[in-house]
Amino acid sequence: MNELSFIQAALVVLFLPLLGFTVTILYGKRFKWLYLFEVAIITIALGISIYMLFIRLAYFADAPPFQKEFLWINLGIVPLLGKVTVELGIMIDNITVLMLFVVCLISALVHYFSIEYMKGDKRYSRYFAYLGIFTFSMLGIVFTHNLLMMYIFWELVGLSSYLLIGFWYEKKSASDASKKAFITNRIGDLGMLAGILLIFSTYHTFTFEAIFAQIKAGQMPLNSGFWLTATGILLFCGAIGKSAQFPLHVWLPDAMEGPTPVSALIHAATMVAAGVYLTVRIFPMLTGDALLFIAIIGALSAFIPATIALTQTDIKKILAYSTISQLGYMIMALGVGAYSFGFFHLITHAFFKAGLFLGSGSVIYAMHHEQDIRQMGGLRKKLPITYAAFVIYSLAISGIPLTSGFLSKDGILASAYAFGGLTGYKIFAITGFLVALLTAFYMFRLIFVTFHGEPRNQHKYDHAHESPALMTVPLIILAVLSIFAFYTANPLDAGKGWTLSSWIKTPPSVVPASLRYEFMNEKQPEVAEVSKSHNETEPVAENVEAKKNEQIIHSEEYTHALHSAHYPAMGLSLLVAILGIFTAYLFYIKKVVNLDAFVEKIKPLYNFSLNKWYFDEFYNSVFVGFVMLLSKILNWFDANIVDGIVNASASVTRTVSTFSNAIDKYIVDGLVNFLAILTGMFGIFLRKLQTGKVQTYLVMVIFSIIVLIFIFI
Amino acid sequence: MQEIGIAHFLIVSSLLFSFGLYGVVTRKNAIMVLMGLELILNAANINFITFAKFNGNVGFGQVAALFVIVLAAAESAIALAIVLNIYKNFNQVNVDEIDKLRD
Repeated sequence: MNELSFIQAALVVLFLPLLGFTVTILYGKRFKWLYLFEVAIITIALGISIYMLFIRLAYFADAPPFQKEFLWINLGIVPLLGKVTVELGIMIDNITVLMLFVVCLISALVHYFSIEYMKGDKRYSRYFAYLGIFTFSMLGIVFTHNLLMMYIFWELVGLSSYLLIGFWYEKKSASDASKKAFITNRIGDLGMLAGILLIFSTYHTFTFEAIFAQIKAGQMPLNSGFWLTATGILLFCGAIGKSAQFPLHVWLPDAMEGPTPVSALIHAATMVAAGVYLTVRIFPMLTGDALLFIAIIGALSAFIPATIALTQTDIKKILAYSTISQLGYMIMALGVGAYSFGFFHLITHAFFKAGLFLGSGSVIYAMHHEQDIRQMGGLRKKLPITYAAFVIYSLAISGIPLTSGFLSKDGILASAYAFGGLTGYKIFAITGFLVALLTAFYMFRLIFVTFHGEPRNQHKYDHAHESPALMTVPLIILAVLSIFAFYTANPLDAGKGWTLSSWIKTPPSVVPASLRYEFMNEKQPEVAEVSKSHNETEPVAENVEAKKNEQIIHSEEYTHALHSAHYPAMGLSLLVAILGIFTAYLFYIKKVVNLDAFVEKIKPLYNFSLNKWYFDEFYNSVFVGFVMLLSKILNWFDANIVDGIVNASASVTRTVSTFSNAIDKYIVDGLVNFLAILTGMFGIFLRKLQTGKVQTYLVMVIFSIIVLIFIFI
Repeated sequence: MQEIGIAHFLIVSSLLFSFGLYGVVTRKNAIMVLMGLELILNAANINFITFAKFNGNVGFGQVAALFVIVLAAAESAIALAIVLNIYKNFNQVNVDEIDKLRD
């Protein structure tokens, strides 16, 4: 398999789901079995993606990315810009194939799961068609080698997300949620679009590689490092929207109105990870300030939803808040420079969170579409497979050793810890450990309330049953993938595992050294001095060049700090995870404290969390209220000023036309009528002459002759 | 007693023409109109003969008179046929009533 066949395989995988979508949406209503076509297509795509994964990682792991581009639009010579062409293209590197595998696998598992879960729905084939177009759009994001194509597919996943959240659009809450998701995403996408335009106006290209090369050559938007930072943050705005980061996180919990397998695919594993993927792609061009901003957003997004998840009672809402929190982890990891751990967490999280959602789908299916965990309890005996898988996922998300989640989460926490030690921003590490504690607590609260204890709703409990194999097998596959063995041989340290050390390599930063985090640079006093004397272009370029040659991304200092942070961070994260689980155990199994009394004691805090920090109320009153007020003002303006102008011009026209009508009626018509009357009278006079009597004529002739005789003689 | 000259002849023919014209214009019966026409023609004949005699060129005037007599005969034949057709169509020969041309 060479480079060309990789590109061809990528194109096949990309367009297969589109084919599935087209066929299923057009003929699915007539041929009921066509959903199987879509399922078959995604299976083929999965097969190809696994093949690509193995070949790329086994033979080409150190090779440069495979790229293929073609000219899409040739604008020729544009004034002020010069020659402008727009290329589309495909890039395949290790990140791509890993993400491709994750998307295809989860998409396929969700397809299989949905066959059973959605059985009997009246829009069955349409559901599969939507899954097809979602997979197509997501793969477009994965394969793209430029920002424009990224943006196009970015909007396409937004569209498919909108369609799938509002799949049961007869429910008002579902259609509202789909609109909320769409509009909230637009806000982030606006920033992303601005960033893309800023980049295009500076570099005249959308291609990542070309952009990075020009930044490395010292060219910056508007010739200032500040604008490079701003561009990075603007592009990251797209990620804030799509990955449901603070402050645009409000759409994701509402998105749970969609079918549960969709939540697993789109709102847990793949689409929301697209924001992280975007940040990963633009990572080399992010400046230190931009990274700090990203880390702050990530930390806030990790902490706030974790506190909200503590008190929620809807099983899917808990998982949704947990998703935001984990995405916040990834974003924070990227922000503190832990590129490989951030992306690693994306992969591990995709598997166990998709598993959690599918597991909750299994529970909901068994409980006949009951989502409130207060109605559940004791389901362990009824749903043994689901329970076992659920526990594995929860251990993974809580970061207990021997699971995949431990590896990635520990890596992130260690990086944050080391980052705090190097830069003084210790808040990220503290947030990370606190969130780990909360995560363990709320996940095991969910398990204990749902699967343990006494059944709270005996009727529903009696009718509950384990799901069929089509639903449990995906759960088992995902549970297996949540085990450490797929990622590293050493269950306690991912840093030396094959996933991280040989597959996910932090790309060298291309921004000037003065704009990076200090620890990312080698300690070179000369460079520091030169940069102080405002003559930095030459040495910096050399410095960057040197780094590239040696493939050193982080300085010795950082490597050392990370190494020394590893064991304390691991111990601490293990401690908080166990503490969280133990607390949940005490609260919900042993019931050492009376929960109601405890809640009563911390009522304000409890309500604050239960009402989701009043974000929805705040947005409703401030932004929605502002928009409403604005629209009222505009309405008044429209009704009184604009309409007034229109009405005034109308009445002026009326007056003029009345006047003109009078002229027409009395003067023009008068003349015409007068002429007509004149002619008529003349006619009346003349017709008297024509009697028709031959003798009269004769008299006239004679008379005329006499007259003529008198005249001529 | 005055000798009969050219003036007498012309007076006779003028009277005859006037009577004929009067008949053509005033009579209601179509036959009477035709008779008026004959009078006019004969007045013209008298004029021809008179001028031929007093002018010295007798032959040409008499030939013209004879020609007019023949013409008058043909004319009255055609005119009577027309009158018959009129009678067939209108059931009368009163020229005052026959004013269909007006419409």
